[in-house]
Amino acid sequence: MPDSPFSALHAPGDRAEPQPSLVPVLAAISAGGVLGALARHRMSTAWPHDPAGFPWATWTVNVSGCFLIGVLMVLITSRWPDRRLIRPFLGVGLLGGYTTFSTSVVDVQQAVAHGAPGVALLYLGATVVGALVAVWAGTELTSAVVRTR
Amino acid sequence: MTVLLVALGAAVGAPLRYLTDRAVQSRHDSVFPWGTLTVNVGGSLVLGFLVGLPAGQAVSALLGTGFCGALTTYSTFSYETLRLPRLLAVANVAVSVLAGLGAAYLGILLAAAIS
Repeated sequence: MPDSPFSALHAPGDRAEPQPSLVPVLAAISAGGVLGALARHRMSTAWPHDPAGFPWATWTVNVSGCFLIGVLMVLITSRWPDRRLIRPFLGVGLLGGYTTFSTSVVDVQQAVAHGAPGVALLYLGATVVGALVAVWAGTELTSAVVRTR
Repeated sequence: MTVLLVALGAAVGAPLRYLTDRAVQSRHDSVFPWGTLTVNVGGSLVLGFLVGLPAGQAVSALLGTGFCGALTTYSTFSYETLRLPRLLAVANVAVSVLAGLGAAYLGILLAAAIS
């Protein structure tokens, strides 16, 4: 009865699922997310910014997190293809919880509201471009290192 | 205390992002990352609302820094963008940024309307 609402109760014992069951995955994501969010919180309290100023803490968090996801995804594919909780813990959890889209967007709104539309635009562009370049750089650098080993 | 509230919010926000992404991605066949767009826009709406109230320090730590911060993601957004064909990548950035900003402003307007 694959359509039975209770079929999930029998998983994974009587179904050969290639993925681990949902509970350890969610636990890994949650634990990683907590660590990532605490690191981001630490950065933002250590490096406060004026509402009209450039939000360096959030920018640095997002760009460094993007670099690290580039590094991580290459390592997962090339070195740890069988470790099923690494991506949930480090990728979805830690780096997902560390980086933030909502704060970056509200930072832009705040800069505009405090009379600094130029800063808002610069920050918006620098985050998008910095994040994409960082993922690319993390991917390329790690691929190069992995190839030489 | 603030640290605990951030941790609590993130403990819920991060797995909710994963579950939302799974649910959204299983409902369409395109390569477009609608799941990440959904959490990022939703989180921007909630954070805009909190900033618009404005929420107190404890609520901001729990729901803003913790929950919304962990619900939304820049790393997955950027990673998925780079894996898309060029035109879709540009569209993903444009739609995410514009919808995210729009959602934040909408949240602020909603907060102003009820307070």
